[in-house]
Amino acid sequence: MSNLALEAINVSKRFGELRALDRVSLKLAKGGIHALLGENGAGKSTLVKCIVGFYTPDEGEVLLGERQQTIANPRDAHDLGIGMVYQHFTLIPNMTVLENLVLARPHLPAVIDWKKERRAIGERMARMPFQLPLDASVNHLAAGEKQKLEIVKQLLLDVKVLILDEPTSVLTPDEADEVLGRIRDMTRESGLSVLIITHKFREVMTYADDVTVLRRGKHAGSARVSDVDVKGLAEMMVGSEFSQTALAREAVAEQPVKLDIAGLSVEDDSGMSAIHALSLKVKAGEIVGIAGVSGNGQRELVEVLAGQRPSAGGEIRVMGEVYAGRRRDLLRHGFHCLPEEPLRNASVARMSVAENLAFRRFDQAPFSVGGFLRRGAMAVAAARAIVDFKVRPPTPDTPIGDLSGGNVQRAILARELGERQGRPMNVLVVANPCFGLDFTAVAEIHGRIMAARNAGAAVLLVSEDLDEILELSDRIHVMSAGRLVYETTPQAAEPIVIGRHMAGHGGENHVH
Amino acid sequence: MIEDPSQWLTVLIAVLGGAIRVGTPFLFVSLGECLTEKSGRINLGLEGNLIMGAMAGYGVAWITGSAWLGVLAAGATGVVLGFIHALLCQQARVNDIAVGIALMILGTGLAFFLGKPLIQPSAPHLPALHLGAWSDNPALRAALEINALFIVGVILAPAMAWFFRSSRWGLAIRTVGESDQAARAMGLNVNGVRMLATMAGGFLAGVGGAFLSLYYPGGWSEGLSSGQGLMAVALVIFARWDPMRCLYASLLFGGAGALGPSLQSVGVTWGYYLFNAAPYVLTLILMIAASSKKVRSGMPGTLAAR
Repeated sequence: MSNLALEAINVSKRFGELRALDRVSLKLAKGGIHALLGENGAGKSTLVKCIVGFYTPDEGEVLLGERQQTIANPRDAHDLGIGMVYQHFTLIPNMTVLENLVLARPHLPAVIDWKKERRAIGERMARMPFQLPLDASVNHLAAGEKQKLEIVKQLLLDVKVLILDEPTSVLTPDEADEVLGRIRDMTRESGLSVLIITHKFREVMTYADDVTVLRRGKHAGSARVSDVDVKGLAEMMVGSEFSQTALAREAVAEQPVKLDIAGLSVEDDSGMSAIHALSLKVKAGEIVGIAGVSGNGQRELVEVLAGQRPSAGGEIRVMGEVYAGRRRDLLRHGFHCLPEEPLRNASVARMSVAENLAFRRFDQAPFSVGGFLRRGAMAVAAARAIVDFKVRPPTPDTPIGDLSGGNVQRAILARELGERQGRPMNVLVVANPCFGLDFTAVAEIHGRIMAARNAGAAVLLVSEDLDEILELSDRIHVMSAGRLVYETTPQAAEPIVIGRHMAGHGGENHVH
Repeated sequence: MIEDPSQWLTVLIAVLGGAIRVGTPFLFVSLGECLTEKSGRINLGLEGNLIMGAMAGYGVAWITGSAWLGVLAAGATGVVLGFIHALLCQQARVNDIAVGIALMILGTGLAFFLGKPLIQPSAPHLPALHLGAWSDNPALRAALEINALFIVGVILAPAMAWFFRSSRWGLAIRTVGESDQAARAMGLNVNGVRMLATMAGGFLAGVGGAFLSLYYPGGWSEGLSSGQGLMAVALVIFARWDPMRCLYASLLFGGAGALGPSLQSVGVTWGYYLFNAAPYVLTLILMIAASSKKVRSGMPGTLAAR
């Protein structure tokens, strides 16, 4: 009898020119947690999607127990006892927890006896690692509870192999510990085998038994976690390129307040209050980091600053003058913004890179003369920016929507941070700038943000990545439920304390 | 103005009776629209279904001599129009609102064209229950003359609510309406479910049309419908996609529609046209009230995402 729950042998997958997976093998032991570690784009998701039948691998095979299995689609995987929790939620928001759990079952009766279902699921729920209110509507659950519900949904289907794709990305550190801890207990008690995709070393070291590292679609190494350390894993993950150079943080002599937010209140799309009387000052030559779990008002804050959402109260001042987020204000005050998901929030996907780069100044000389656009001038400026910011492919006429995520990010960064021809850069607002980017791109973008700070800009960095906040910020605020609930500095910061504030359990520091 | 206070009672009774009489077509069209929208599609063409249903129902009832066969025929035309709507909407880049408007105009025009010979003949009416036989007050007796289709609708509303809550098919429709992704993950055929929901919704709207020609106001004429099919769309939003609330909202709209005639019956001639406009004013007010985003709870996810 084999002690393997699942084995993938020499799995390869191509997407056009790109070799997403190149003969990768993985052995998942019974009753343990196996971490699949790698940078974004290393092929982790592609590998598990091949295992659960979401993709058909070009070569290689998947063994379950010791038998080779053809898994043509996620339904087959289900029938074989493999369940996967995807990165995006697959719950139905307008339905209750109970309805979602019942709907997940493969064979529903024609008429559903809700009393019976409630009793049956209630009894099994009592033995689950997480308890959830059966009658709550899913759209009223917090992100952490939704994640737990996704896991419970799979466990109720009696899966033997559970695959989790970045399960902690929407959780606070406390919640992540709870979820992973409970899952580890389950592997010990019930023989469940778990494969976790992650890029967080801490989770690998604390919870996993085995680890497999992927790099650029190739198998970079496998080990017992007890036999490796973080440095070894990091080297496996990024190869010889790994070199963490501290960013040069220069002292800035004069530090006038450049961005002053006073009593700002904002409503979300459904008219509910998203930000309550938020006040914040950012000085020249300072990076203020806003940490928090997504969905606590960060998106609304950035949208108000970018002029994409009206405020419901309070005042924003830039360089001492009232700022309303109009195009005129942005230009005059040297206000620059890199919102999250720039393809959606800061560009027009079907317009070319050159046109997108010219958005800020298309109606001014040299891009516009006498009311006519000068496409030649735009193309020349775009070509320079593309070289400066290493945008691939280096063709100004490509629609920006055809670029990869990292290259869209670079292009928009070029627009916001590139040539200004003597115009000042006073304020820079950046939101999740490195989401989905590889190590090299992250280092480069962090360097640009730091350079803007050193040049005297007031930088507001909104990020869900606590490590990024700790690395870049001069001061840190934690945002929770639309309020700034905690302030600290990177030197004094303790991740556990920050995490508790992120979760809204700040104790005596909580501002009411 | 009214001097005798007992006349207020007469008006009230007339409005209640009118709520049922005028509200019945609203009830059927809104239940049909509710069913279709739950699956994630808006069918604005139900006004066309209503008028086609009125024409076909009247024609078939006249030819066969059976009002109930007329009702079935009216429903059948609705199924055909619903099928065309669903078929067009599942093509790439086709907008359901635009298709709905086209079908509304098609249905209306076709009904006027085919209905020319139906203006003269007299078809049998649908039966009514005389629940007011015990009373010697003629106003009350008139108000309590409950038509059979209304009773069908009153049974249908809770049945539909149960269907959405507790049947596999109802859950399938809701899942498709909430999220294409989730529905596909469950192995549901998204377009197939939407087609069936649109056809069934079309059937109900057609039946609503049969009520217009076979009961109240009765007869076939080109001015038979006064936009009930369109107002039912507003009504579904107001009812937050809940069949039981569709029933209450239909009665409310029916009552508003009966206000003008009821006041006229006791001799108030002032503002007759103004009172007749009450349902439309009500529609506007409800749309403004419903545009507040807090009311949007209950909206199917795929509709909310647009």
